[in-house]
Amino acid sequence: MYGWIYRHLPGPTRVRVLLALLLVAVVIALLLFVVFPEVGPWMPLNHVTVGH
Amino acid sequence: MRAAGELLITAGLFVALFLVYQLWITDLFQARSQSRLHDRLAASWQTPSAKPPAKPSEPPPALRPDPAVGQGFAVLHIPRLGNDYAPVVVEGVGEPQLEEGPGHYPGTAMPGEIGNFVVSGHRTTYGKPFNRLDELRPGDPIVVEVADRYYVYRMTRSEVVAPNRLDVTDPVPERPGAIAEAAMMTMTTCHPKFSAKSRLIVFANLDKTVMKTPGGAVPFASGEA
Repeated sequence: MYGWIYRHLPGPTRVRVLLALLLVAVVIALLLFVVFPEVGPWMPLNHVTVGH
Repeated sequence: MRAAGELLITAGLFVALFLVYQLWITDLFQARSQSRLHDRLAASWQTPSAKPPAKPSEPPPALRPDPAVGQGFAVLHIPRLGNDYAPVVVEGVGEPQLEEGPGHYPGTAMPGEIGNFVVSGHRTTYGKPFNRLDELRPGDPIVVEVADRYYVYRMTRSEVVAPNRLDVTDPVPERPGAIAEAAMMTMTTCHPKFSAKSRLIVFANLDKTVMKTPGGAVPFASGEA
């Protein structure tokens, strides 16, 4: 999977590495700011109130 | 086979990153929310809303805060947890509110009021405001700061209960239907840490009210009992 992505990135090695890092950064940002905040409230360690 | 391995490694990284997010990064988010809440609260408290008392010896009647959901309206001080412990309490106990700070159960008493002032807070995530609630001992002061005064509650007891025990939020905790005659406070958080199995409940009774003075410190800030 990772090999496939890397092979399909355009440009010389320097550009490819840069693009790969950029992809990783985008994925991490998406997880931290969009996916995880949605998932967080479902985690048992966040249940602090009574009556539910 | 190789693809499956990569997938598993990716899944592992996902989980690890999620843990880092929950345990530490949510603290950063809450710190930002808290600093905004502190600024807003300080600004709203500076606006003179009450006229000076007719008789200086008599404290003016308490203004009942009427916060909208998500709005900060009081600052919690627990000397046992350190002098820099001062989270802003927000109105509401929905997840968006609890992510910003300890939340007040809408409909329960306000600080200092006869009845039960109920506050819930996160134990291990989002700034962990109630992480060390289990360290409180009977008699410990719990100071609730509002615009012009401090309400000093004293911890009476703690209890670990099932998550469905809504009766701890009753006007007289654990006595459904009873008419409240005293000002009480109840704090809830999850228990044990990192679990949703039970809830840790800390009860307190109002001991006294201390008016704010210019330049005055929070009661018990120096650590005296």
